[in-house]
Amino acid sequence: MALDKLTGENSMLFIRSEQLFDFARRNSLWYIAFGIACCAIEGLMSASGPRFDFDRMGVFFRNSPRQADVMIVAGTVNKKMALTVKRLYDQMPEPKWVVAMGACASTGGPFREYPNVVLGVDKIIPVDVYIPGCPPRPESVQYAFIELQKKIARRTEERLAARTS
Amino acid sequence: MSDQCEETLGVGLLCEGQHDPGTPPAGLRRAPSGVDGLSTEHLIINMGPQHPSTHGVLRMIIEVDGEEVIASEVSVGYLHRGIEKLAEHRRYDAVGTLMDRGDYVSGIMGELAFALAAEQLMEVDVPRKAHWLRSLTSELNRLASHLVWYGTFGLDTGAMGQFLYAMREREALCDILEAITGQRMMFNYVRPGGVVADLPVGVEEKIRAFLATFPTYLGEYDQLLGGNEIFQARVKGIGVIDRDMALAFGLTGANLRAAGVDFDVRKARPYAAYPELDFEVPLGTVGDAWDRYTVRMGEMAQSARMIGQLIDGMPEGDHIAKVSKIIRPAAGEVYASVESSRGETGVHLVSDGTEHPYRMHYRGPSLYAVQALEELLPGHLLGDVVMLIGSTDVMLGEIDR
Repeated sequence: MALDKLTGENSMLFIRSEQLFDFARRNSLWYIAFGIACCAIEGLMSASGPRFDFDRMGVFFRNSPRQADVMIVAGTVNKKMALTVKRLYDQMPEPKWVVAMGACASTGGPFREYPNVVLGVDKIIPVDVYIPGCPPRPESVQYAFIELQKKIARRTEERLAARTS
Repeated sequence: MSDQCEETLGVGLLCEGQHDPGTPPAGLRRAPSGVDGLSTEHLIINMGPQHPSTHGVLRMIIEVDGEEVIASEVSVGYLHRGIEKLAEHRRYDAVGTLMDRGDYVSGIMGELAFALAAEQLMEVDVPRKAHWLRSLTSELNRLASHLVWYGTFGLDTGAMGQFLYAMREREALCDILEAITGQRMMFNYVRPGGVVADLPVGVEEKIRAFLATFPTYLGEYDQLLGGNEIFQARVKGIGVIDRDMALAFGLTGANLRAAGVDFDVRKARPYAAYPELDFEVPLGTVGDAWDRYTVRMGEMAQSARMIGQLIDGMPEGDHIAKVSKIIRPAAGEVYASVESSRGETGVHLVSDGTEHPYRMHYRGPSLYAVQALEELLPGHLLGDVVMLIGSTDVMLGEIDR
């Protein structure tokens, strides 16, 4: 390994375990394959397609919420769906993050006048990153994941700073 | 009794509660006999609304006996967003945005259905170029939609490679549609009176470059999935929707044509530029999943053919008629329909002479297909359920509205 040559054969590497874990977490953000509406075509299908290829960022879909770290809420959440969204979120293991993709998941979007529509998924589960657009381009979703990675890195630093100060 | 049991089964189990399975329920292919006379319990499985292969948020409640589906119930409404009701509060030129989000993989067709209905009330003369642009974007969108179906249908049957190829082609189509309309998916391009914009410079070359390779690739894709023996074994003879059943359920589109019924809105009630185009309607024979596959693959080839004709013969002129900023059509009641990627997408429009529609009904072909699924599934194996949902190409945005 290149690292061996750099540091010598018998060297040891010291790193805080939470830093190591967060490094691993932010580079393997697996999302749950849960497409609700239109955004699912752009955010989940095009995303795993050959042009955008989220796999290279460690972002990959899982079919079960038990194996997922991120939930991309891709579409309009109505009151019948809200229970399922909440249940799926509860089934995901900690730590977990939520990306509200598109206008509907952020605020209700073009359907917000309709009484059956939940006005943004943040009414039922906490959201980390919002993506504007209807639907957002796959590049926007990629950017959201980069922001989420930054957020996880920041979380480690903040926690360390709070402890050392 | 107990000794007899031990003799036949080798174990002395379950002799008291043993019962005759009797005659199989109607529609079942094999009698659910259990193992060596041991009766099995029926199991109720909930599938969805979160399921990677239900093409959205379809929920199915399936009763199985072993591997055999006994009964199925479809539960819809997880994506109900009130498109029909909201349309009553939108101006006529803004309803297209809602129609886009109905059948979201083929948005142009939804917009077109509404625009055709509104134009009947407005009695406006749509320019010839607008008709041709509508047909061009419709066919491009039909290809994009069928490619999504082709990719996911393969996933439903256990293949993966074709999905990547389908998405590659779809990206090329999205680029072209983005150049024409400004958006990859939700176009809002077709308005009452015409289309929003003319063809931009350079898009013709893009389309020609796409057409130069696509028919060859399509043949390869057909070989990749349809030429696969495992795929054929999984779809041939499975999920037969015959002519009578298809007509009884009101199926349209490829699901109906797979049963051999020659009905295509583009031929039966021609609209846009279709009367001037030369194309064929692929037909199936028995109506099984394989026929639905071949019909859709044939439609893709025809769409590519039509796009070539549309590009070659694109007329000069205006792309939109003179329409007032706020449209107030005459009071009345009309129905207009188009052949979308999934069948007959229709709009029943009632106007009271104001700037908002009084009532808009959206006829989505997937709603009929999903009802046929309920009757189709019993008698099939549990493993075929996902494949059968994929073969009917249902779109939940259109079912729930």
